[in-house]
Amino acid sequence: MNKIDWLVVSTYLVLVLLGWLNIYAAVYDEELQKGIFDLSLNSGKQFLWICTSMVIIIVIMTVDFRFYDSFAYIVYGLIMLMLVFVLFAGTKVAGSTSWFSIAGFRVQPSEFAKFATALALAKYMSKVNYKLSNFNDLLVTGAIIVLPAVLIIVQGDTGTALVFGAFVLVMYREGLNPTILVIGLIAIALFVLTLVIDQKILIIAVLVVGALVILLGKKKWKRIATIVAGMLIVISVIWSVDYFVNEILKPHQQNRIKALINPEADPLGYGWNVTQSKIAIGSGGLLGKGYLQGTQTKFDFVPEQSTDFIFCTLGEEQGWLGTTLVIFLFVFFMVRIVHIAERQKETFARVYGYSVASILFLHFMVNVGMTIGLFPVIGIPLPLFSYGGSSLWAFTILIFILLKIDAHRMQVLVRH
Amino acid sequence: MDNNRKYILQFAIILVGLIYCIKLFQIQFLDDTYGPAAEDNILRKIRDYSYRGVIYDKKGRLLVHNDPVFDLMVVPRQASVKDTTRFCSLLNITREDFIVRMETAREFDLFQPSVFMKMLSMKDFARFQDFLVDYPGFYPQARSLRGYNHSSMANALGYVGEISKRMLENDTTGSYKQGDYIGISGLELEYEKELKGQNGVKYKMVNVRGVEKGPFKEGKRDTLSVAGLNLTATIDLDLQQYGEWLMEGLAGGAVALDPQTGEVLSIISSPSYDPASLSGRRFSENFAELTMDSLKPLFNRAIMSVYPPGSTFKPLQALIALQEGVIQPREQIFCSGGLVGDHAPAGYYDVFKAIKMSSNNYFYIVFKRIINQELSPNTFIDSRLGLEKWNEYLRGFGLGQPVGIDIPNEKGGQIPSPQLYNRIYGEDRWKWSTINSISIGQGEISISPLQMANFAAAIANKGYFYTPHIIKEIGNTGKPRPEYLTKHYVGIDTVHFAPVIDAMESVVNEGTGFRAQIPGIKVCGKTGTSQNPHGEDHSVL
Repeated sequence: MNKIDWLVVSTYLVLVLLGWLNIYAAVYDEELQKGIFDLSLNSGKQFLWICTSMVIIIVIMTVDFRFYDSFAYIVYGLIMLMLVFVLFAGTKVAGSTSWFSIAGFRVQPSEFAKFATALALAKYMSKVNYKLSNFNDLLVTGAIIVLPAVLIIVQGDTGTALVFGAFVLVMYREGLNPTILVIGLIAIALFVLTLVIDQKILIIAVLVVGALVILLGKKKWKRIATIVAGMLIVISVIWSVDYFVNEILKPHQQNRIKALINPEADPLGYGWNVTQSKIAIGSGGLLGKGYLQGTQTKFDFVPEQSTDFIFCTLGEEQGWLGTTLVIFLFVFFMVRIVHIAERQKETFARVYGYSVASILFLHFMVNVGMTIGLFPVIGIPLPLFSYGGSSLWAFTILIFILLKIDAHRMQVLVRH
Repeated sequence: MDNNRKYILQFAIILVGLIYCIKLFQIQFLDDTYGPAAEDNILRKIRDYSYRGVIYDKKGRLLVHNDPVFDLMVVPRQASVKDTTRFCSLLNITREDFIVRMETAREFDLFQPSVFMKMLSMKDFARFQDFLVDYPGFYPQARSLRGYNHSSMANALGYVGEISKRMLENDTTGSYKQGDYIGISGLELEYEKELKGQNGVKYKMVNVRGVEKGPFKEGKRDTLSVAGLNLTATIDLDLQQYGEWLMEGLAGGAVALDPQTGEVLSIISSPSYDPASLSGRRFSENFAELTMDSLKPLFNRAIMSVYPPGSTFKPLQALIALQEGVIQPREQIFCSGGLVGDHAPAGYYDVFKAIKMSSNNYFYIVFKRIINQELSPNTFIDSRLGLEKWNEYLRGFGLGQPVGIDIPNEKGGQIPSPQLYNRIYGEDRWKWSTINSISIGQGEISISPLQMANFAAAIANKGYFYTPHIIKEIGNTGKPRPEYLTKHYVGIDTVHFAPVIDAMESVVNEGTGFRAQIPGIKVCGKTGTSQNPHGEDHSVL
């Protein structure tokens, strides 16, 4: 037991506790005088989730550490079956069919797909002679990641599906060709630019830059041809972005992107969430309004205030000091997990550890980013903080499997 | 394996954390627009309109009171009307009207309430109130309108209306907001400061659906409204209504004063209008109609119309002449009747007889004596000096300038001065014979009914008057404004009044004014007819 990384455990506990207190603050109603344990409140339910998470932790820590390696594919397979099954037997909530309703509580299998995928990915990438430069290996790796993402998109929950993009970071760590990442980043940059800047101006700018590069460089046929080809690709991307946004994205998705670029254009329509979220956080000031004293969240100006927008309650009531402290805790937590991942001797454990860190990082970045207007509104929870049993359970399992494996890192035989 | 890649994720995590902290610092600390925006969200400012002071007549009957009305407010962001048809029929408006009103409110502010419909009467509102719960975002705001139990005295009372943009810009007190009511004319304007009181404001917290969530910061920022002061008028409503009945169908003004105090017992301007017509939702239409009326009912003839006083002016001439010593009380002056047309026959006249018989010729001679006292051998200069003196006396009687009654826009009339005639005829180009028509109150001389009543009061008092005023008590002070408590002496010795008053008494009892006789009361008067519709005045002793 003394091999357990208590730093991660204690940070985990602090974050869960702070989250719980903030959930209570978000749903607190002075007139009703209900306590934090009241089961009709989200905070009371979250308390149940926290208690059950403790049971889960004990179970995870008692199971043999080799179980996770051995049963990775089976776990992955079972969860994938559930993802398919939920499409037929699930309950539709807010447009997504991603929930099983069991005895009044709802379970979201897509949350559990994260750790299952992490396990499967770790298992596959730790096989003998695995190389990302090998096309077949790359293909299978991609398939492991894309399969759950596609199933989740079919459920209608694009936000959760996006989280699987986090595995690119893991692949990068394991030797993915950086050009793919660079091209991806350029594509994202172009995407944003097309939304912000007028299409024609952007195309003219590309042509001018291209012409300058041709004129100033050596005038070789091959070089000019490459540059022209590059320019054509860029221009077609610009055109396709426009097409993508206006024709392929659903109206509510278009609006989320528009809200990110300019929420003030329609503060009551698509800009409402972002505008109100920023007002709530911004009005907290340096020191905040005090615990349970927030108004924007309690009076429902901020949507989903105990789940996706829980950060607003923190910002409003605890001010900049509170938000900075929590961000520090998260950063410390994630950096520590990367550190744990790096100290593993086994590829399986390292890849798994990296997966944990990457998934946490993506959730953190997107969730906090959307509340302060740096990311479009994507409905994914703030890990350990947001209200939600499936989410808390899933993150608990994700993290404590890593801790269990880490505790036994000295016992593994390393293959090279 | 690329060793640098070990650190890239950690680096990215720290970088994102740092960017978020900086961004949060900017939102939470540097940008101070979010705090007010948050208050805007949750605060509903509810104006607590002050209770405007009422006005009583001298016997304690209400001349002006307040009627409760309701403004229907709307917070556009929270408003939701599912069945526009029922909503419109409850408020008796058309669907187009509804759309226009909503659009106006939306343009004003989405989160703050604005007036959807003004001045719903208790009755109209009661019909709507039962259904109010079905229309979130709408709520009533209690206000009050001026109400009247009678239809008298409209011009003197004046009216109250919504403050205009220009008035708001010119307001230096800063105590008015758009939509506030303000006194616009008459006593309502003159005593605006006293009547108005002080509006308060309550801050209530509301949630996103507009449901109230209790006071903001335990009501620390709330202020209570302070009621305006009540006023008590000097008017006797019965006398006022009797006077108005007498003047019905005539155009003119009349004022009745109590000479001992300067209190206005009734002030009549005819034709008038119903004061209630300028209170309430039909204000604009009614106001436009009154403005267009060729008889000018909005014009307060008692204080704003000036007429040549005609023969009513003769007692003043007599008093000035007596004070100047240019005639003696019993001095008999022969009037041939040839100087000017006259109702009075030729013969010897003294002051008493001249006033009683209203002899034009007598006052021609008297006026010549006042003007030409042979202070200068040059008849032009002599006339100028005489006129200056004469003008001074008349100003002492409150003529030629506003008397200072507590109603705005009083006209001062005109008492000829040397400067006036210099302008008309040129310097030293006029003498008594040029200007003698003013000796009998004709020509370049004009006074208002109020001024006429006032000089009559001064005669009754034998040499002094109190400035006429309508309000004798502000709040519970028991006192009018201080300027209405000072005696103004007219500059004529008491002894000179006896023959004039006697004459005026006989005017009523035996002479031209017999119609003003009231059994048991000593009534003095002086009639006058000039080219204008006549100004009647009585002064009761």
